[in-house]
Amino acid sequence: EALVINDPDFQHEDLNFLSRSQRYEQAIRKSSLMVMKLREYGIADPEEIYWFKSFVHRGRPEPLDLHLGMFLPTLLTQATPEQQDRFFMPAWNLEIIGTYAQTEMGHGTHLRGLETTATYDPATQEFILNSPTVTSIKWWPGGLGKTSNHAIVLAQLYTQGQCKGLHAFIVPIRQLGTHEPLPGITVGDIGPKFGYDEMDNGYLKMDNFRIPRENMLMKYAQVEPDGTYVKPLSDKLTYGTMVFIRSLIVGDSARSLSRACTIAIRYSAVRHQSELKPGEPEPQILDYQTQQYKLFPLLATAYAFHFVGAYIKDTYHRISGDINEGDLSELPELHALTAGLKAFTSWTANAGIEECRMACGGHGYSRCSGIPDIYVTFTPSCTYEGENTVMMLQTARFLVKSYTQVSSGQQVTGMVSYLNDLSRQRIQPQHVAAKSVTVRINDPAGLVEAYKARAARLVEAAAKNLQAELNHRKSKEDAWNRTSVDLVRASEAHCHYVIVKLFAAKLSDISNAAVRAVMTELCLLYALYGISKNTGDFLQAGILTDAQITQVNQRVKELLAVIRPNAVALVDSFDFHDIHLGSVLGRYDGNVYENMFEWAKKSPLNKTEVHESFHKHLKPMQAKL
Amino acid sequence: SVNPDLASERQTPSFSVEKLTAWLDGGAEHTLIRRAVVEAIDRDPVFSRENQYFQSQNERYEAAVRKSVHLQKKMHEMGWTENGPEFKYIYRALSGDIAFLLHRIFMRSISMLGSDKQIAKWIPLASQYQLIGSYAQTELGHGTYLQGLETTAVFDIATQEFILNTPKISAMKWWPGDMGRSATHTVVFAQLYVHGKCYGVHPFIVQIRSLQDHSLCPGITAGDIGPKMNFEHVDNGYLMLQNVRVPRENMLNKFCEVQPDGTYVRRGSQKINYFTMTTVRISLMSDEVITPLMKACTIAIRYSVVRRQSKLEPGKQEAKILDYQTQQEKLLPQLAAAYAFHSINNYLEELFDKGYREIQRRNFDTLPELHAFSSGFKAMITQYCTSAVEICLRACGGHGYSSLSGLPSLYTKILASCIYEGENTILLLQTARFLIKCFMAASAGQSVPPSVTYLAAVKPRKCPAKNKLDFLRPDIYTEAYQHMAVRLVSSTAAKLQNLIQSGVKKHEAWNQCTVQLAQAAKAHCHYITVKNFAETVEKLETKAGIQKIMKHLCDLFALHGIFSNAGDFLHDGYISGAQMDMVTASYLDLLPVIRKDAVPLVDAFDFSDKTLNSALGSYDGQVYQRLYEWAQKSPTNKQMSPAYERYLKPLLHNTLSKL
Repeated sequence: EALVINDPDFQHEDLNFLSRSQRYEQAIRKSSLMVMKLREYGIADPEEIYWFKSFVHRGRPEPLDLHLGMFLPTLLTQATPEQQDRFFMPAWNLEIIGTYAQTEMGHGTHLRGLETTATYDPATQEFILNSPTVTSIKWWPGGLGKTSNHAIVLAQLYTQGQCKGLHAFIVPIRQLGTHEPLPGITVGDIGPKFGYDEMDNGYLKMDNFRIPRENMLMKYAQVEPDGTYVKPLSDKLTYGTMVFIRSLIVGDSARSLSRACTIAIRYSAVRHQSELKPGEPEPQILDYQTQQYKLFPLLATAYAFHFVGAYIKDTYHRISGDINEGDLSELPELHALTAGLKAFTSWTANAGIEECRMACGGHGYSRCSGIPDIYVTFTPSCTYEGENTVMMLQTARFLVKSYTQVSSGQQVTGMVSYLNDLSRQRIQPQHVAAKSVTVRINDPAGLVEAYKARAARLVEAAAKNLQAELNHRKSKEDAWNRTSVDLVRASEAHCHYVIVKLFAAKLSDISNAAVRAVMTELCLLYALYGISKNTGDFLQAGILTDAQITQVNQRVKELLAVIRPNAVALVDSFDFHDIHLGSVLGRYDGNVYENMFEWAKKSPLNKTEVHESFHKHLKPMQAKL
Repeated sequence: SVNPDLASERQTPSFSVEKLTAWLDGGAEHTLIRRAVVEAIDRDPVFSRENQYFQSQNERYEAAVRKSVHLQKKMHEMGWTENGPEFKYIYRALSGDIAFLLHRIFMRSISMLGSDKQIAKWIPLASQYQLIGSYAQTELGHGTYLQGLETTAVFDIATQEFILNTPKISAMKWWPGDMGRSATHTVVFAQLYVHGKCYGVHPFIVQIRSLQDHSLCPGITAGDIGPKMNFEHVDNGYLMLQNVRVPRENMLNKFCEVQPDGTYVRRGSQKINYFTMTTVRISLMSDEVITPLMKACTIAIRYSVVRRQSKLEPGKQEAKILDYQTQQEKLLPQLAAAYAFHSINNYLEELFDKGYREIQRRNFDTLPELHAFSSGFKAMITQYCTSAVEICLRACGGHGYSSLSGLPSLYTKILASCIYEGENTILLLQTARFLIKCFMAASAGQSVPPSVTYLAAVKPRKCPAKNKLDFLRPDIYTEAYQHMAVRLVSSTAAKLQNLIQSGVKKHEAWNQCTVQLAQAAKAHCHYITVKNFAETVEKLETKAGIQKIMKHLCDLFALHGIFSNAGDFLHDGYISGAQMDMVTASYLDLLPVIRKDAVPLVDAFDFSDKTLNSALGSYDGQVYQRLYEWAQKSPTNKQMSPAYERYLKPLLHNTLSKL
């Protein structure tokens, strides 16, 4: 971190004052430098590269992301040894800069719908690539617009007159040396977006563009010189990569939310407003209950997601070992779980970042707060790597399958094992409610039970509704669609349960008593706040009574006051460097107002004292009227 | 030609789109006027927003100034006047993309707070644009809480002047629109000191820039506050005052005056002025909050019938995404909300017009109620519409994230409405204060304003619904909302009482209840919105054609609220678990019904393509072609990237040789 922050080469003007073109240029400049410096310092460990990169770009996207994150790894995993010889070293040395072109203008999450074609011509031993419609134009890939000279293109493979489904091809798109697009290739930038200003997300249209047969990635599926198609062995393996990337998004949710919380909580300690007690000075806004109620549950959520992200990463690494030994048995559950958690955490963090911004009032709306930037950079994660609603429905599919297994007398294992209880004992409201009330509310383990019961109830309800629809209608798809709102709710409840469970389990690992105490408070706040926001589910299923709900609401407010003295320390613990945080409101030293003024003076509109619009428009108007 | 996927949606609407449009406009004659205004503006190239998404802050500001200047000419040319029926449609047609909005506030505050003499001096100058005004209230360290402002104005008897100062950095004026670059004058709010005594916050007219060369006046430091999430076209500014002297006559003195000898005189009532502040909140609703939601719904719903994704039935074409229940559940409640808020907004505007007439007759009885209305509804509607626009944005997947969809800018603009004109949480607590007071009064048998008499009425304690169809009865669901609002208000009042009786100080007890108080205020507004929508639909009976679809929308809006806040309705058993299942069933059943009319329902909003300025939402549904065409216009595609020559090329060529 210090290595990058102290390096004058990585300094630049505040990004908020730069145009898109300038931001792109800065990012490219830093990426180029970064590659040189990595080599210079001899940094090669992936984890170290990740941190180096994250400090260079301050956690922002950059045009080489896809090259480093998708192009190189795809070569490693899907290219034959010969192909690696041809492409890998040039790509490693950045002679070739590549991207990964999957998404099309008309098609996203549903991969089978992609329209780009690659038709094999045995006469010349080439593939002919085409974008047959407007909707088939590749759209969105990062680094495609201006930076890359190669792309891995996903296309429907046609050989011997038959469609063999989606396959990956290495396609050169720009002339090495001049960087001009090759004949038959139309490529460009897709224009401004909500965020990602420094990224040249691009489009790519191909017209009868020919590539040699050897440019199809053929480690698994193959097309022989005569056009004979050889099938790959298993497709479960691709799950692995998806799990990995989605687990990164869970970690990203935690980080982005932590940054927003850091800014909002520090600023709320600096800002004074109105009167709490008549005659006394204006209090810090963090002393208002409504402000605490906005921010502290989010702080607890940030910690919860942090633990969930670590859990998935660990589980993935553990299972990866099994996969290499050919044991794929745990993969489906992990795949289903990460899909749901990716959606759950990114939705929650997305809304949470906005809450933090709103909690900063007017100044949160200024770019100097840094929160607008965190938001626009984070929010696309609700869509990319699998649209969230679709992700939730994937988890639901797994939950319904598990429920069906239990109903037919089989046992299920893992996070869904609570479904086993459904067949043995129906959930009995009186039974739960009869237990000692006050203790349960202060006991994380008791709350885990409550969330478990809610998940079980909603999974069961969704599965039953699905069955009822199936009894009424012909098609399975139609019944599924008519139950999908229920199914998403069931998945959400399941994910919520998993998070509370992981958070509660984490507490016993904490050896320092003071840390454990404050984490227990956050865990309780997370769980109780979740109940108070979803009281309908807990009441309707008879898991909690009216009186208990009232107690939960009361306890949430008590916890706010308990956490208040530690609030700033809890965000300081995230340990974001001021430069990385990029926020005037969230500065470690709290000197907010002086620095806002300094910042504003640098705004482009302030470059001249009298703006040119005065001479161009205002003055002539005044003269005429 | 219209995309066939969109064209097919328009073939069999269950109602007359034209009639619904006329209803939205308040009569077919208004529709005609609106269309004429929109057409005149859409056809004028000066007003074009074609390249807006590609422009820098500087370019946006310049364009806004250019358009505002041109608008003066245009109005003259078209014969539109500020008091004419066309005026209110101009802003809508321009999508608010003009400068000098604060100039109008400047003029309004002088008309309201100034003496006749002051009005006679300043208003003609301002209307001729011989000066450009702004309105400087908010400071760097102080917003909604006015008493906390720190700018000072000290009266100097010797010279008969006020000396204005910014004593510290947090006292700097911050955020006022048009002040960063354009304004020559501004109304500064400052603490008035005479003979060392503070008389509180008062307004002063201060010149900040030269009328000759626009340079800053002596003692003035002013500039632009830098980039924001939106409003790039507005030069929100800062202002620092160092011993700036203005003549005694520059204090707006209709209600308070400092006489030559320093005597402070207060006269008349400020109540009417206070009332005008509350009306601003209501007057913003239509253009700044409800219209953006209507636009977002139009874009998202049209796109959702053009976009196809996955298969619903094996062997068939990929399905339109609007055919998915989850997509319907995202978008259709937002559409219903747009209609619900349109309806309540009409009601509020009428109420405020009536209130205004009362107040002019010096009858101030309705003032507390109107104030509670404006605070609560401003908070509830802005918050609801902001999250609704975000839902629309996210429902459009990746393409929603492109600026060319128009959705990011709609979102970043509407979300400012949650903060300006009073931060929402604070406003909800103001409404809550009114509700608690009325509840106490009503409990003690005193009379209360009409909108809150329900707080005292005795009602059944169980919802009488027997089956899911009962939940399509407005009386059933309106009563459920009423019950919930009463419960939240009364339980919070009780808690507040208990705390105070147990010895907790009043202000501390209040702070401890604020989370519930805000919730109670929201529930009150939600109830009134549902009730109003149901009554509006009821009255439509005679107008054939649109009543049925409006009833569906009303049902959907009401049931969505119960479905999403189930716990609040289940809490004391008013709605049972079994009844909640009926609510859910009825709610989900409504989705496919409204789905059929979804496109006609957004067509009825009648936005021109230029007004929408969206590659995804145009009337013809040529989404992909338009995205492709617009992207090619991006400046990033016009030239070879400078980054290539400067950085990429050396990288591509040199790294290899270095290694």
